[in-house]
Amino acid sequence: MSDSIDQIFIHAKQWLLSFMSGRAPDWLVQIISSLINILALLGVFLTLFALISVLERKILGRMQNRYGPNRVGPFGLFQPVADGIKMLIKEDIVPARADKIVHFLAPVLIAAAAILTLGVIPYGRNMTPFTIDGGILFFFAVGSATELMVFMAGWGSNNKYSMLGAMRAIAQMISYELPLIITVLPVVMIVGSLNPDKIVGAQAAYSLGFLPHWFVFTPWGATAFILFFVSGLVESNRTPFDVPEGESEIVAGHMTEYSGFKYATFFMAEYIGMFAISGLGITLFLGGWHAPVHFLEFIPSYVWFFVKLSILLFVYIWLRGTLPRTRIDQIMNFAWKFMLPMAFTCVVAAAVWHYTGRGLRGWLGSLLVIAAVYFALSILLDTRRKFAPRTYRFAE
Amino acid sequence: MSTVAFAAIAIFTLAAALAAATLPKLMHAALSFAVMFVGISAFFFLFGAEFVGLVQIFVYIGAVAVLIVFTILLTRQDVEKVRSFKWSGVIVAMAVFAGLVWAIGKTKSLPLTPPQIEPVTVQRIGELLMTNYVWPLQCVGVLLTAALIGALILVMEEKN
Repeated sequence: MSDSIDQIFIHAKQWLLSFMSGRAPDWLVQIISSLINILALLGVFLTLFALISVLERKILGRMQNRYGPNRVGPFGLFQPVADGIKMLIKEDIVPARADKIVHFLAPVLIAAAAILTLGVIPYGRNMTPFTIDGGILFFFAVGSATELMVFMAGWGSNNKYSMLGAMRAIAQMISYELPLIITVLPVVMIVGSLNPDKIVGAQAAYSLGFLPHWFVFTPWGATAFILFFVSGLVESNRTPFDVPEGESEIVAGHMTEYSGFKYATFFMAEYIGMFAISGLGITLFLGGWHAPVHFLEFIPSYVWFFVKLSILLFVYIWLRGTLPRTRIDQIMNFAWKFMLPMAFTCVVAAAVWHYTGRGLRGWLGSLLVIAAVYFALSILLDTRRKFAPRTYRFAE
Repeated sequence: MSTVAFAAIAIFTLAAALAAATLPKLMHAALSFAVMFVGISAFFFLFGAEFVGLVQIFVYIGAVAVLIVFTILLTRQDVEKVRSFKWSGVIVAMAVFAGLVWAIGKTKSLPLTPPQIEPVTVQRIGELLMTNYVWPLQCVGVLLTAALIGALILVMEEKN
């Protein structure tokens, strides 16, 4: 019974395709099969986008002691519909001196790249929309194209704030791409595959029936997951790393000259990017669609995936409600002096874990490696600066 | 199906390459150059060389295109200036093209039916890199690390 609920979408798709196969030519069935995957992906994630945009405002409201949107529909749940209509009927302003084609293409391509990255993540048992041998590599290859599109937005707008925002965005995205990819390496090393399905499969077992073999429960996995999460925050330009669109200094960064639906497309791309990077984090470290304890396996696999996704998204919103914005030089220093060495340490610690038998000894050994490097770095990077009232050299 | 796909990708790639060579604005040319890289990686995917295709996007769009765009932005003061057509460029391009045609013409032609080879998976490439080609890999790694450190030293602030 539970098995049939778990596979209900797969069976529905297969039933539809077998119904089609007698009546339509082969190539059409193939195209329809892909289209079903794409439409399901878009349907689920655009709904999630609408939902999270209102939930984010409500949660932030609660954290700041106010209600948040509560006028449209029950509990303000229809707010995204109102927002969507507003965005659609707004005037689409293109600056007179903008590069019209580049200005138009930037939001389209950025959304396309964001949606493509969603395709390789396994959402449930047999539920990977796009199976490819180097899935993890595909994710980062498409993700790295985003930088060029952010640049297109900044340059095409022909506005100094846009250009500054794009420069900041590209600087921090390139810097954090390195730790992001290197923290993925230990998982790829241990599993021996770049295929997301195999990575999820490698985390399937349980010790003593309740301890799941997720990589986040090993010292190297936990460290890599934290580094991955922080890099993910930067890659999706979220607080506290949202200097590219720092409202107080450069209006809205590369999105300054966009209005109406083009702005909404940027907004959507940011959220889809957030879903994708969280989904990849779940796949790599949090056991993908596996249940946290063995006896809860009867709950369908896709439910577990989306429960984990919601928890991660809540943390994103929580951080936004808690932390102030960092400066760009702080972000860069943090990337090159702390994140990168720690990411390399994770690779070494994973090797130690593997060669000492993946048991308790490996667990302690890799913990030792990470702790040693962490303390060494904290001593090395300590600038001995005391917290004191700020002094002004020229403004007295 | 494969022939149709090949023709479509070929037209797309050639159009992008032509645009990169002829567009008057430098930045447009650089961006069409990036589009051409997408076409080339599509070729790799069509021929089943998935890994090479992915690396093509990763390196050439994620890094090389961004580098080109930044180089233009940081060095040229006249990015917006519309350039006229230059015949010297055509001569250089023709010379390179002739050289390539000559080199291709000199190589022994392979039989038209390809030998049966096992599909190149990411797994296999990884195994080969770690066994047969481990020394070249290490040398490239050292070279790139040296380049990285060199770049860092170049941009480091000079302390008094």
